[in-house]
Amino acid sequence: MSKLATELPAGPRVRLVLGSDDWFMRGFIALIVLYLFVALALPLYAMLSKSISTFRMDLTQFQFQVSDETGFFSGDILSADELNAAVGAYSEQELNVGSGGRLSATAFFPDFSFRSPVKYRVRGVDDSAVFLLGSERRTGPSWVELDSNQFRRVVLRPVTSVGLDNFKRYFSTPSLVQSIKNSLFIAAISTVITVLLAFCFAYALNRSCMRFKGVFRLIAMAPILVPSLLPGIALVYLFGNQGLLKAVMAGESIYGPYGIIAGSVFFTFPHAMLIITTALAISDARLYEAALSLRTSRWKTFWTITIPGARYGLISAAFVVFNLVITDFGLPKVIGGQYNVLAVDIYKQVIGQQNFEMGAVVSVVLLIPAMLAFGIDRIVQRRQVALLSARSVVYQPSSSRIFDRFCLLYCSLIAIFILGILGICQFAALVKFWPYDLSLSLRNYAFNRMDGGGWAAYRNSIELAGLTAFFGTVIVFTGAYMVEKTQGFKGGRTLFQFLAMLPMAIPGMVLGLAYIFFFNDPDNPLNFLYGTMAILVLCTVTHFYTVSHLTAVTALKQMDNEFESVNASLKQPFYKLFARVSVPVCLPAILDISIYLFVNAMTTVSAVVFLYSTSTALASVAVLNMDDAGDVAPAAAMGMMIFYTNVAARIVHAGLSRGVLRRTQVWRHH
Amino acid sequence: MLRTDDENPAFLKINALWKAFGDFLALKDISLEVAEGEFVCFLGPSGCGKTTLLRAIAGLDPQTRGTIEQSSRDISNLPPAQRDYGIVFQSYALFPNLSIRRNVAYGLENAGHSRSKIDARVDELLQLVDLPEQGNKYPAQLSGGQQQRIALARAIATKPGLLLLDEPLSALDARVRVSLRHQIKELQRKLGVTTVMVTHDQEEGLSMADRIVVMNHGRIEQVGTPIQIYRDPDTLFVADFIGEMNQVQGVAETADRVRIGEVSFNCQSHGFSPDEKVLATVRPEDIVPIERDHSDQADPADQGVEVHIGDMEFLGSYWKARLDSPRLSGSLNANLSMNAVRRMELSVGSHLQVRLPSDRLKLFANPSAVT
Ligand SMILES: Nc1ncnc2c1ncn2[C@@H]1O[C@H](COP(=O)(O)OP(=O)(O)O)[C@@H](O)[C@H]1O
Ligand SMILES: [Mg+2]
Repeated sequence: MSKLATELPAGPRVRLVLGSDDWFMRGFIALIVLYLFVALALPLYAMLSKSISTFRMDLTQFQFQVSDETGFFSGDILSADELNAAVGAYSEQELNVGSGGRLSATAFFPDFSFRSPVKYRVRGVDDSAVFLLGSERRTGPSWVELDSNQFRRVVLRPVTSVGLDNFKRYFSTPSLVQSIKNSLFIAAISTVITVLLAFCFAYALNRSCMRFKGVFRLIAMAPILVPSLLPGIALVYLFGNQGLLKAVMAGESIYGPYGIIAGSVFFTFPHAMLIITTALAISDARLYEAALSLRTSRWKTFWTITIPGARYGLISAAFVVFNLVITDFGLPKVIGGQYNVLAVDIYKQVIGQQNFEMGAVVSVVLLIPAMLAFGIDRIVQRRQVALLSARSVVYQPSSSRIFDRFCLLYCSLIAIFILGILGICQFAALVKFWPYDLSLSLRNYAFNRMDGGGWAAYRNSIELAGLTAFFGTVIVFTGAYMVEKTQGFKGGRTLFQFLAMLPMAIPGMVLGLAYIFFFNDPDNPLNFLYGTMAILVLCTVTHFYTVSHLTAVTALKQMDNEFESVNASLKQPFYKLFARVSVPVCLPAILDISIYLFVNAMTTVSAVVFLYSTSTALASVAVLNMDDAGDVAPAAAMGMMIFYTNVAARIVHAGLSRGVLRRTQVWRHH
Repeated sequence: MLRTDDENPAFLKINALWKAFGDFLALKDISLEVAEGEFVCFLGPSGCGKTTLLRAIAGLDPQTRGTIEQSSRDISNLPPAQRDYGIVFQSYALFPNLSIRRNVAYGLENAGHSRSKIDARVDELLQLVDLPEQGNKYPAQLSGGQQQRIALARAIATKPGLLLLDEPLSALDARVRVSLRHQIKELQRKLGVTTVMVTHDQEEGLSMADRIVVMNHGRIEQVGTPIQIYRDPDTLFVADFIGEMNQVQGVAETADRVRIGEVSFNCQSHGFSPDEKVLATVRPEDIVPIERDHSDQADPADQGVEVHIGDMEFLGSYWKARLDSPRLSGSLNANLSMNAVRRMELSVGSHLQVRLPSDRLKLFANPSAVT
């Protein structure tokens, strides 16, 4: 017996009568939990169950009787299995079907003619046997009697069972298993290169007195504003078969690991740089002063203070980059050539071969490294937050001519790499016919004459980004507020927090495929969403939920917890505090969330590639499809349109943020 | 003195309150009555459960067992908004983006008052907390003490029946703290609002409260006026926590006598059986030096003991002296007035007689005695 049980007098726990505010807030949490269930948990569940569903045609399940020309049945029962053995209607290969497998029953009867007066009876041996009569589903062991014209429409369906057969098949297919190795290899190499480059860049920004730091910072962030497949297109222009610098490749092909790695470094660079910059910025200046006073060499200081101080940042950056690369789909699709990776395999299985079960299996395989990387990153970040609060003195670099020059040179090279990639895309988009006719023209912008959705796709993307930013911000911030500020209701809040963290661990391809399984199911009442803009918004908000949620939570945690207590004691409804205090105080964070959602909605490919319809084609997907169709220059043009749109959005965001800060300066800084 | 009885029923009545955080009991069997208009202080070391009790009264973090009545209404499970109190926190919790006026007016809105009436009330409140000119500033533009006064104005704006203050002065510097102490006390007296304040600072409690509730480890140790608490601590914890207290080992003799070292003293009557080991306590300011050439009226030999001064520290208005005595097998701290020290020419090493007045010598069970 615990001490508590012996001391605390028996009796019911005192529970407060819930006021209308409490009900409202709990209701709202329940609503968002429901949202995350529908938009995340249930689709994932549908996908997981798909990956372990196997389908097999079991001919022993079906039996027939055939009458003579007068319609008289002798009573002889024919098993489909024996019939097949006798006439060889279907090969073993043909019996190995997927969920959509359908076998026509007439094939067992070579003499069948739909005009003959012969009648047929068909049944299953038990309730698990399913056959279709036209589109009508029949089961069970009672005979169904049909004339030959009706019998023509009898189709046998496979039995469903649960098991790991799909996985066995996956792991016994060498070409598929090779993708695991490829994906891990690409992700590992890209991670090492990106983290190294980003660390040096962040180090130069933090620890040197070079000029143009602001410009470099800005340029380094540019890759975030374009779809990940854009660097792929640029690399094709530079090093592809007709590339300007093809000679550099020395006979190697850019299509494959080289291209994927180079492009991955480009698009993951800003993520790594941001994380490492934060880590370097919080290291304690006092340690450096101590080192200086002990006459420690610069080299030794670097290894004994800088690196250990930034270790969590480095580890976190590594796992974030790893995750981004291994889950990315656009880049390997554009430049991967014959080199298969997991994310593209999912696409090929689903779109190319319509093998949904195998797509689900690859998704599960891809989930494992993604979840691991995510989990480790979370743990490491938590450690870093603990460091953050303890540190105080900001490091001020002292200038050193040689070191500063060296940093300037290094950062310039990185900047040239980034701007070069973007510049090539823009240039290629504006010339008539690369590389033969380099005169300028706007004909690559005539999107309406290409496959991919035309200018409507661009407008759809802006609509998607706008809707995602608006609804996403409202849902995420309100949800974070409710979960942070509600009293009690522990179960609901814990569930919420778990669901809110989950999206970050789910690769976009997996989410998109899960949506197909869940929303495309005709039995799902939400089926009407399939193919609409709404499902794209739903999917995109969910895909980018976690980072937005964490931004909101961080801002909310900085507010005094007693605001709610004061509000209640003054008998004011919670929404008054929310509207008049919480939202205004958190406005900078709210703007950050909305721009984050906007930019990502503009650039995302992976989840939505499974979900768009002809009326909701998107610019980022158009880049993919135009490139696929050989319209590479228009693809580059569309990619750059996304870039400029995001730049414009960032400028608007910066203007708004500055306006908000100026207006709130009065009460914020004193 | 405000006391509750049948004709004057308690305004706030707490009955057998318990609070558990998981397996940890933060409040154990708390029962307490507060009269209307009374200023009560919860005093105790940090972590003893004061805030927890206050938050239970406010309904912000409800108790696990027990009931709370306010104005004869059972509020035990009412949500905060259905109770009647104003609250002030250590962190002020002013809304940073609202002007001072809007902060003070916050609770007055949505209550059917006209704009002009609210304005008039805000002016009145700003006057009351002595900050009439600051209405259009924002909280961050005021000093900590000013912000806390605004928080107070906001809390009393709706004229709540009960004012709850959780360490309202702890975030301020010492000088501001002392002046705000008086302001709060005066305001409370003027408004006559029943007030419960939490503090860990005994000086704050003693100077502001009508009654003090001393708490320790989730239990009430003693309830009483500041003077009662100081003069007559019920427990060794209270004796030790409030003010300074000499504690010396002793052995109980008869019902009102105790032996310390080899000397036997009269003391407050006690319930210990003869030869039981006890702690004898006496406050430093109650130890009286006996001047040689002027014999005391009462039998001096009885309560007197020979000591010599081991150490002396000048504290401005008096001297703190460590009195060593082989006969007591220990030492006592005594506060000696400037006068006495000058008259008796006392310095380190001086020998003198001191008297331990019998009504100031109190025995407690010896917690370290092995029984
Ligand atoms: N929400 C909580 N969860 C768990 N323990 C708590 C919580 N709030 C307070 N406690 C514990 O209860 C005890 C009393 O806390 P509190 O009432 O805040 O003390 P104080 O007297 O300093 O105001 C402390 O030991 C504290 O750690
Ligand atoms: Mg406290």
